[in-house]
Amino acid sequence: MDTFINILEAMAREMVAPTTAAVAIAVIGLNVHFGFTGLLNMGQAGFMLLGAYGFAISIVRGVPLPVAVLIGFGAALVFALILGIPTLKLRGDYLAIVTISAAEIIRFMGRLSILTDFTGAAQGIPGSKYRDPFTNLSFFGDGSTDLGFLNYSNTGVNGWWVRFVAWALVAVCALLVYLLVRSPWGRLLRGIREDEDAIRSLGKNVFAIKMQALVIGGMLGALGGMVYVLPGSVQADALGRSMTFFCYTALLIGGAATVFGPILGSIIFYTARIFVKSVANAYVPDSIMSSQETEAFSYIVVGVILMLVVIFRPQGILGNKRELQFNV
Amino acid sequence: MSEQTTTPSLADPEARRRLMSEVDATPGSKKPDPILVVNNIVRQFGGMTAVNVDHLEVQRGIITALIGPNGAGKTTFFNLITGFDKATSAGKGAHWSFEGKVLDKTSASSVARSGMVRTFQLTKALSRMTVMDNMMLGAQDQAGENLLKSMFKPLWSRQEKAVEEKAMELLERFNLLEKRNDFAGSLSGGQRKLLEMARALMSDPTMIMLDEPMAGVNPALTQSLLGHIQSLRDEGMTVLFVEHDMHVVRHISDWVAVMAEGRLVAEGSADNVMSNPAVIDAYLGAHHDTDLGAEEVSEEALAEIIEEVAAMEAEQENEPEGGTPDADRGAEEKK
Repeated sequence: MDTFINILEAMAREMVAPTTAAVAIAVIGLNVHFGFTGLLNMGQAGFMLLGAYGFAISIVRGVPLPVAVLIGFGAALVFALILGIPTLKLRGDYLAIVTISAAEIIRFMGRLSILTDFTGAAQGIPGSKYRDPFTNLSFFGDGSTDLGFLNYSNTGVNGWWVRFVAWALVAVCALLVYLLVRSPWGRLLRGIREDEDAIRSLGKNVFAIKMQALVIGGMLGALGGMVYVLPGSVQADALGRSMTFFCYTALLIGGAATVFGPILGSIIFYTARIFVKSVANAYVPDSIMSSQETEAFSYIVVGVILMLVVIFRPQGILGNKRELQFNV
Repeated sequence: MSEQTTTPSLADPEARRRLMSEVDATPGSKKPDPILVVNNIVRQFGGMTAVNVDHLEVQRGIITALIGPNGAGKTTFFNLITGFDKATSAGKGAHWSFEGKVLDKTSASSVARSGMVRTFQLTKALSRMTVMDNMMLGAQDQAGENLLKSMFKPLWSRQEKAVEEKAMELLERFNLLEKRNDFAGSLSGGQRKLLEMARALMSDPTMIMLDEPMAGVNPALTQSLLGHIQSLRDEGMTVLFVEHDMHVVRHISDWVAVMAEGRLVAEGSADNVMSNPAVIDAYLGAHHDTDLGAEEVSEEALAEIIEEVAAMEAEQENEPEGGTPDADRGAEEKK
């Protein structure tokens, strides 16, 4: 019984983790792309990585925190423009091809040893180099607080402060997207998702609207990346292809084209993975599956869940089945 | 001849007939008050020339039909002048203007904004949006479609209400009001045509271009669609439409332009055009009234064939195995 409670506690800790919140923010951005506008962005991790690099490198170079955040956003903006100008006039599939390659280019650039002074190459940038301006902002004070079994230091490297900020940002982003998609602008996005030519025939500038959506979603991705690296370090490989696919999994589980789907999906994605991993660790003997293998096993199970969701509940948990059939 | 004097009176069929009787029934003829003028527009797909129109004028305030056999280039022509396709002759002498405004290089969306709105041959209903949302997308100059204003509802809520009211009126007129909260994907093919037309009207166009509005629509609905198109004309709108059905064309069009193999081959009133040899050739082929095999078949041979056919028929009737042929046929139909 104790082990089971331990598993539940581990799941709860993962649920409130700042990385879960960070991914939720990136998924909210991806939802603007894929769910509302129908842009098949396969490089959301690239936006996240750019945001993280822009933010961390700026602070390491002595730029004040707010400017560093703006630089992170700016990097995503430029990236979105570079990707969008050639591809948004083409069919949707091309954007997928270009974004996945561009995200990989960013990752490999980050790993280049020639850029060690900036990106730390494969070693990455340790969190201690850029974290301080953020933790100094904390008004939570020192010491630690227990909330049931959740016991973290108030400020610290990975404490309540970063959790508070991360989840507050999730709420702000969700509100922002809610305000955007209920407006006529949001209606245009959905119209473009359904049929670009029809919208063009009604006199709307489809290219500009798609570009706006790409930029907004990309900036949310960058914000997610900045939050993601706060409790840890900037590692190019942590924000690679698999992160993009985690984002898609979370989005499809929660429900694309909904406001809360990305948040719910991210929470379910991470807690379900911890659940599978811990159960496998606790109840499957090491001779059959070592703890390293349970890690891989948990991703396999998540992959299977994604397939089942897309086949049997294409609209996700919160989606409206009539509105968002995945196969249309 | 100014538009102020001619446009309102065009609701009267007699006035339209009088107006158009003065126009030469030749391809590319001058119109008294053209709203759309197209010059030297060529579109080639590889070696194939899909459209090659030297000159075409469309008269304001009437219904002009664009007809022609399959592959005549009607839809390509539509795509070219609405900015959905780029002319091969672009920059090499292709010019077209709408209400005096040159459109040579404009995008599809600015063509629509200038007042020329089109529909599509394959209906583009936005399936996963409600009928109402479909309609409201049609309205022009919405403040809420600006990204910066969209987040603040007070900036656009009043306009939104006005747009909604207008959409309700149009939906009522097109008998879609009860469907307003249904997804457009759940409408029938004919209803989608109606929705697309109504959506195009949300932008208050001066000219509406309908690409085969009657394709796949049942006869009863065709009647009401025709009524709608005529009432648009009577309100002063210019209509240009592509159609295959000759009855429809004869019934509602004030002027007919005929395309064949990418070229404009004839223009005129419906009756005039349909007796034009160039049009008959385009539709039926130049040798449609000559029997190609007539001289080879002698009378003797013909008699032989008749005998053979009679013998075969007699044979069939003498084989009533497993019931009469009629009964068999009936059983088959039931399957």
